[in-house]
Amino acid sequence: MIGGLDFSVVRENLPYFFLGRYPRGPLGGVALTLYLAVVSLVLSFFGGLILGLLSVSRNRLVKWGSTAVIQTIRGMPLLMVIFWMFFLLPAMLGGGMTADWTIITALTLFTSSYMSEIVRAGILGIPKGQMEAALSTGLSHGQAMIHIILPQALRNMIPSFVNQFVSMIKDTSLAFIVGVSELTHVATQMNNRTMLYPTEIFLFIAVIYFIMCFAFTELSRLLERRLAWRKSI
Amino acid sequence: MNYRFDWAIVTSGKYFEWLVSGLYVTIKLSVVSIALSFLVGLVIAMMRMSHVRPVRWFAHGYLEFFRNTPLLVQIFFWYFGSYKVLPQSVNDWMVRQDFEFAAAVIALTIYTSAFIAEDIRSGVRSIPKEQMEAARSSGFSYVRSMQYIILPQAVRLTIPPLINQFLNLMKNSSLAMTIGVAELMYQARQVESYTFRGFEAFTAATVVYLAMSFTITGLMTLYDRVVLQPIKGR
Repeated sequence: MIGGLDFSVVRENLPYFFLGRYPRGPLGGVALTLYLAVVSLVLSFFGGLILGLLSVSRNRLVKWGSTAVIQTIRGMPLLMVIFWMFFLLPAMLGGGMTADWTIITALTLFTSSYMSEIVRAGILGIPKGQMEAALSTGLSHGQAMIHIILPQALRNMIPSFVNQFVSMIKDTSLAFIVGVSELTHVATQMNNRTMLYPTEIFLFIAVIYFIMCFAFTELSRLLERRLAWRKSI
Repeated sequence: MNYRFDWAIVTSGKYFEWLVSGLYVTIKLSVVSIALSFLVGLVIAMMRMSHVRPVRWFAHGYLEFFRNTPLLVQIFFWYFGSYKVLPQSVNDWMVRQDFEFAAAVIALTIYTSAFIAEDIRSGVRSIPKEQMEAARSSGFSYVRSMQYIILPQAVRLTIPPLINQFLNLMKNSSLAMTIGVAELMYQARQVESYTFRGFEAFTAATVVYLAMSFTITGLMTLYDRVVLQPIKGR
């Protein structure tokens, strides 16, 4: 008991918060939250890279088209993107997509458009002379991008990527709305079942989310300092 | 596909009115919350820069905790769980209000204020130290130099990130539907479940959200061009 709060409900259901109904049922809770976040982040990395490269393309049509897509997704709430995916994907694919993968698709689409801005800023942040030098040594524009510009740009983007992972962990909580049993969903279920301990349950999962996100926020700060130090020498 | 679009459903009649009332609630929720977030954010930013250690630590803890927790969980906490930690008088007051709306405002305000406080702090830090020293040496107290010299300059630089936070807040306010606040997203879902016209309902809501987002982004560009560029150019 801390200040009139009774955390025994959390203590008794600890495995449920962390693993869901696993091993007797599907994985859930913290484990599913991390799974959704990691898979979506890896996919968003490639999505963001592709969209970012398209948005700095020299072909105007490609540039404007990709910018329009990016700005449209960035202008929408994530919840709207999730509803669209749940509505459109079954119509387009004729069903057969699990809720987990639908949410991963929505998170990937949403985060890719934010990542693409990071990628674009990273590419534009590399001095022009690098590209000119690469072209004058006989590389094609594409080769110069892949071998000269991107490796430098990506290294500078690492802290931003880690930050994006923090947002991703927070964003996975929206999977609750469509019934994917990640941490927030597990907590609301527990709350519906016990009725008496909403404060304790939501405080507990807030702390769990905080520990996960804060660890990565600190990592991103550490990486930023190390990059700044490397640049200075 | 043999789906027939029926746009009339969302451009006139009862369902149109639902969407409009949803838009009204979204705007009300966003405007009330941004105003409160700015005030709370300003206080937290000042506390974060305070010379008194416990005050600074409190502000630091506040920032880190609320920035690193999902907004949805915070909304649930204030809606379902706050009654055990708040004094009885506050609980009574909240019940007498529109409780869902009040809980959403509290959650959005606290979440957004943590981001705004950092924006204000970096605005203040970008003002050269000499400004403060000059103000102090001409006889202003610390608080008065902040009030008359540092903050007016810092706020001008902080406006673009603030507009950006307003944009995020407007989009985040859609989460209030989970506790039954009848804002735009909630109404779009209502229209879908009453008419099975999900495509039309979601398209209408998307168009409205995009219109608001692009208006706010436009304001930011305008502010940059009209106010900030002339200062920088000088």
